[in-house]
Amino acid sequence: MADIPLDRVAETATTEVEDLALRHPHGWVTRYVFSQDAKTIAIQYTATALAVGFVALFLSWLMRLQLGFPGTFAFIDAAAYYQIITMHGMMMIVYVLTAVLLGGFGNYLIPLMVGARDMVFPFANMLSYWFYLLAVIILLASFFAPGGPTGAGWTLYPPQAILSGTPGQESGIILMLVSLIVFIAGFTMGGLNYVVTVLQGRTRGMTLMRMPLTVWGIFTASVMALLAFPALFVACVMLLFDKLLGTSFFMPSLVELGSRLEYGGGSPILFQHLFWFFGHPEVYIVALPAFGIVSDLIATHARRNIFGYRMMVWAILAIGALSFIVWAHHMYVSGMNPWFGFFFATTTLIIAVPTAIKVYNWILTLWRGDIHLTVPMLFALGFIVTFVNGGLSGLFLGNVVVDVPLSDTMFVVAHFHMVMGIAPVLVIFGAIYHWYPKVTGRMMNDALGKLHFWVTFVGTYAIFFPMHYLGLLGVPRRYHEMGEASFFPPSAQMLNAYITIVALVVGAAQLVFLFNLLWSIRHGREAGGNPWRATSLEWQTPQTPPPHGNWGKERPTVYRWAYDYNVPGVAQDFIPQNMPPEAVALGPRLATGGVP
Amino acid sequence: MTAAVAFLVLLAGLAGWWLSGQRLMSRPWLAAGVVEETGSLARMPAAKVGLGVFLAVVGILFSLALSAYAMRMQLADWSAPPLPTILWANTLLILLASGGLVWAGRCVQHRQKERALDGLLAAFGLGAAFLGGQLIAWDELAASGYRLADNAANSFFYMLTGLHGVHILGGLVALVAVTARLWHSADATAMRLPVELCGLYWHFLALVWLVLFAVIAGWAGDVLAVCRQLLS
Repeated sequence: MADIPLDRVAETATTEVEDLALRHPHGWVTRYVFSQDAKTIAIQYTATALAVGFVALFLSWLMRLQLGFPGTFAFIDAAAYYQIITMHGMMMIVYVLTAVLLGGFGNYLIPLMVGARDMVFPFANMLSYWFYLLAVIILLASFFAPGGPTGAGWTLYPPQAILSGTPGQESGIILMLVSLIVFIAGFTMGGLNYVVTVLQGRTRGMTLMRMPLTVWGIFTASVMALLAFPALFVACVMLLFDKLLGTSFFMPSLVELGSRLEYGGGSPILFQHLFWFFGHPEVYIVALPAFGIVSDLIATHARRNIFGYRMMVWAILAIGALSFIVWAHHMYVSGMNPWFGFFFATTTLIIAVPTAIKVYNWILTLWRGDIHLTVPMLFALGFIVTFVNGGLSGLFLGNVVVDVPLSDTMFVVAHFHMVMGIAPVLVIFGAIYHWYPKVTGRMMNDALGKLHFWVTFVGTYAIFFPMHYLGLLGVPRRYHEMGEASFFPPSAQMLNAYITIVALVVGAAQLVFLFNLLWSIRHGREAGGNPWRATSLEWQTPQTPPPHGNWGKERPTVYRWAYDYNVPGVAQDFIPQNMPPEAVALGPRLATGGVP
Repeated sequence: MTAAVAFLVLLAGLAGWWLSGQRLMSRPWLAAGVVEETGSLARMPAAKVGLGVFLAVVGILFSLALSAYAMRMQLADWSAPPLPTILWANTLLILLASGGLVWAGRCVQHRQKERALDGLLAAFGLGAAFLGGQLIAWDELAASGYRLADNAANSFFYMLTGLHGVHILGGLVALVAVTARLWHSADATAMRLPVELCGLYWHFLALVWLVLFAVIAGWAGDVLAVCRQLLS
């Protein structure tokens, strides 16, 4: 039997052979541009996504200016307003949040945290970024296309999305759909990497139950994204067919400007099912990495082991699974069978259970912790409060009878901005302040960071709390001005103007962050390898910033979980994951020297 | 969305089975020291696991498209086009190509490079013939007046076969690359994994085609009707 030894060759543990396959760069182009190093790709992803984020932030200024002072800015007419909200929404959700949390943090943190030298398929990983960049360029190109970008709303509901009368009907909607298709193809290549690296690339001793929760969150979110984005892919392809080839997948019979269109018999609801089959998991694709990162920030900056680690892992898995069977709660007013509404309301409310477990565990981690109010910690605490706020209004909207009157009001806008806009963005900021010293070797400025936090945190509450009230009054979303109705008190417009002023201030505060981010690359304080005295592997690299290959000659061996802070009887207040049991110095607690 | 949810349940079952071997009940804060990895996945090559995950993505893509098909066909204007007879021949071709890859895999295992190359080339020829056959089927349908935009059933026929065809095309590109590498390689055994992965991808696409064929031909419709009755 000649093939027996071959079997053994194929089954050698990948962790032992993959070191040979690393492709080192040979020049400036392969080092900084077409790099296959996950860390460089992560920086490319993050920088691109932050740039898109600033464009989307600017768009939110424009829409607030229109809402706060309707009619003052002549260039923001109704059509432009629709284009602005559409692009703001789609950019923020897909091209910023998903790209930063999975493409950025996933690429940087997964290989380092599990002790791998790189992602398992570095070439596909590189392609993933270039597809993403192409998708961004196609999307931004629609600003310059005839007719401008699409104004269909970020949900792109047919039939209006592709009919005349919707701005951007000429080419904007086509560019949007093509851009999404390219993005999904690119994400699939990246997502395969994130998942398989966690499955196959872990170093010796790094069992699943020793992984930091950040990796658990990004891993589960990547699996979900791989399974959810195809729904958007199918929906985009079918909508493109309807738009370009005249099919009627989604398009019912229509009369436009007195003439009957060629379309007939299609179902707009079918699009909604496909869209929300992607759209709801997308909420958790953004939330789960944020959950994971916050767990690690809190444990590190409160010098305590995470409370209920196992429960946290199970909750992540439960949320990931449940989030696939709640999509129709976005469709309560679509005229579906009331029994479906009942079913989806039930599953929606059940998700609150694992989510609440996570919130309780964060609070119990903080309880009697040695809390250092560093900038990352401030953002992490801000996240918990904001997420609870947004989650609670989700309980209102998850119930059919409460949702129906609140549907399409500013209450919904306030809810989803709190829960999946502001909350994950706070985590992204916290994470950038936290891992910046590993990426650059220098700390970000503390005073500027605190200024950035307080303006952003207080400011977003000043923006979104009043929106709940406007929504309860019945102010509709997506209208380019509130207009007059008997049930709007005169103060409602004043509130709108006030929200706009705060939004301008909060937007401007992000420039402080941008300045800090760029200034600290050269002028920040030297950080050393492990400034936060953290346990997880990325802080134990031989060099900071870590070079291609991360670990020097030998990959680390993991002896413990990621949360050994303040272990009783141990001299140091943290034990790195790669410290062998025999090397741990026992004795009275050393003066910690303090976390900056 | 029944097909998509059913496929997800299948995946959840697989994931649950894998997780059950991962000591999710262990208390990581108690035990310090080296723990060796267990489970069959840990010994599998990364490329194979990667392909498995990718096939899950392809699977959910097609089950979503079929879910859309099942929902759309309940609407009043649905009228299915006739089944082009050449689809039977195409089905035979894609299955034979699968067989060719099984053969090539066996030969590589036994270090028979020449015969393995024959198998790969045969699979490539049969696969390309399948694609050509699908194009003929499109042509036949269009020539007999069942054009893309006339009815949603026609649109779905072209879209589903097109989507499947694009995946087959990707498989053919991979086949060419693997064949070329095997041709130039001194040691056929080094190509064992790539040939095996090509085969896995191809068998999966053949399976997808069988399901698509059953749905397009309407046999799956009876099953779907029963499912719908059970649900409503």
